[in-house]
Amino acid sequence: MGHKILLKGNEVMAEAAVQAGCRFFAGYPITPQNEVPEYMSKRLPEVGGVFVQAESELAAINMVFGASASGARCMTSSSSPGISLKQEGISYIAGAELPCVIANMQRGGPGLGNIRASQADYFQAVKGGGHGDYRVIVLGPSTLPELYQLTMNAFDWADFYRNPVMILGDGILGQMAEPVELSPYKPIVNLPEKDFVLDGCKGREPRVVKTLVLKPADGLVAHNEHLQEKYQRIEDELSLCAEYETADADIVVAAYGITARVAKGAVRMAREKGIAAGLIRPITLWPFPKSLFLSIAQTASQVLVVEMSHGQFIEDVKLAMNCALPVEFLGKGGGWYPTEEVILEKIEAMAQAYAVSGKETNKCRH
Amino acid sequence: MPTLKRTEVLKDNQTHYCPGCGHGIVHRLVAEVIDELGIREQTIGTAPVGCAVLLYDYFNCDIIECAHGRPPAVATGIKRVQPDKIVFTYQGDGDLAAIGTAETVHAANRGENITIIFVNNAIYGMTGGQMAPTTLTGMVSTTTQDGRGGHGEGPPMKVCELLSSLGGVCYLERTAVSTPKDVMGAKRAIKKAFQNQIDGKGFSLVEVLSMCPTDWKLSTSKAVDFVNNEMKKVFPLGVYKDK
Repeated sequence: MGHKILLKGNEVMAEAAVQAGCRFFAGYPITPQNEVPEYMSKRLPEVGGVFVQAESELAAINMVFGASASGARCMTSSSSPGISLKQEGISYIAGAELPCVIANMQRGGPGLGNIRASQADYFQAVKGGGHGDYRVIVLGPSTLPELYQLTMNAFDWADFYRNPVMILGDGILGQMAEPVELSPYKPIVNLPEKDFVLDGCKGREPRVVKTLVLKPADGLVAHNEHLQEKYQRIEDELSLCAEYETADADIVVAAYGITARVAKGAVRMAREKGIAAGLIRPITLWPFPKSLFLSIAQTASQVLVVEMSHGQFIEDVKLAMNCALPVEFLGKGGGWYPTEEVILEKIEAMAQAYAVSGKETNKCRH
Repeated sequence: MPTLKRTEVLKDNQTHYCPGCGHGIVHRLVAEVIDELGIREQTIGTAPVGCAVLLYDYFNCDIIECAHGRPPAVATGIKRVQPDKIVFTYQGDGDLAAIGTAETVHAANRGENITIIFVNNAIYGMTGGQMAPTTLTGMVSTTTQDGRGGHGEGPPMKVCELLSSLGGVCYLERTAVSTPKDVMGAKRAIKKAFQNQIDGKGFSLVEVLSMCPTDWKLSTSKAVDFVNNEMKKVFPLGVYKDK
């Protein structure tokens, strides 16, 4: 057993990375994630690791590219505008199939936006973000203990699949403090040998890490097919989702990250008022846990999607359920966040409308 | 009498470079230096975007191909994780002095213990002859069709002069490969730049003025003349920093 200590989310994530063996971090200051580079600048040298404050997000992600090619467990973090800058490097790292962990403590956008929490980078995170057909494994932690655990897992999955893994948090998760037990790191997969590492060609043929594929003429087609096969394997193997009170729920709230934490409270309040509400909370946002949503579609009557954006996550919810249920929406971008009361109000309105209209519902109205 | 021998640092491949291009010479010089220092098996090279992107087809050592302009950042990641390895970047003028200016300047200012080979041919070669940051004033390119300077392009950027004020820089020298004497000078500078890294002295950059007959639209001999008579006037050869 470890001991519980009170830390901010950004520090929890940084310490989890160190525990998981992260020994290289490059980053650039941006609110609300500044505690990550600050923590790493002090902590990494204590364990023989390297911290570099980069001149830009572009440089930071490319330093991570080099560190990953050198075999180090490595990480960068930022918040929304900075993550946009990193997209170039993420595309290269995904194309070259190197492992790394990237954290996005989302803030309000578009543009410079503001420094309040947001979930408006969902599309960017789960649909690609940079150029080319590639995928990044995306994790949506909801509490700081989960952030701690998922950050450690992220390094394992990055190494296991040789793929970038993104922790999609937000400003609240990064800035809030919560007691967390700093349990020791244990790998959750059999870690493959890193046979791509560039460490000088002593005793072996030289290795190349690259993304340009000119020869043979259809080489890039084959490379893309190989990547897609890997992404399919990840979809088959890695799909995490949490449920709360869904077994007999008529109204299921779908939410991820910090929003799901608020929604859980609203579901509890709805239950106290006699409404059969439940919560489904994807933990992996890519791959999206489709099968659980499909089974919810069999048992529930309505779905309420809550997110801190004007409707991005909702598209995956509808796709996963094949539009089998009516889906209501509660969400805004720009720093808006839901309270338990606001979500409860929406649940109550849905319950009332459902009682009035019976089974006649307008499917996929949003 | 000494004879030229193959170096095992270069693969037995025909290069894709145009006739009269300087890259072949610079490749050979870097390879000879790596060979003479006996560091091939501990060297990691970083390839740029530009004509030299296929560096790994020619160099017989570990290579990572980078996004355009990012080799100094990638090299930073490699060198910081593996300080006992020898890390070099090989970059053209667009890569190093346009899209990668920030990465170059800050790697230099941090004093990263890496070696940069900067091939300046005053033009974008691979994309077909557009203006480079180092294109000479008045020089015609496909994006300065009546000569650089008349439309707000500014004058050519002088990288060694620019970097010489930075405290983290150990060694800067501008060389050329347009005469046999220059080629020998370039090799001496490249060797020093690698030796500095071995000795832990910090950031070393060797600029090499080089020919691009194809995109200059000159014969191979006139391209050599252009380096000697025009480029050297704007980009004087010499040591800009040696601490």
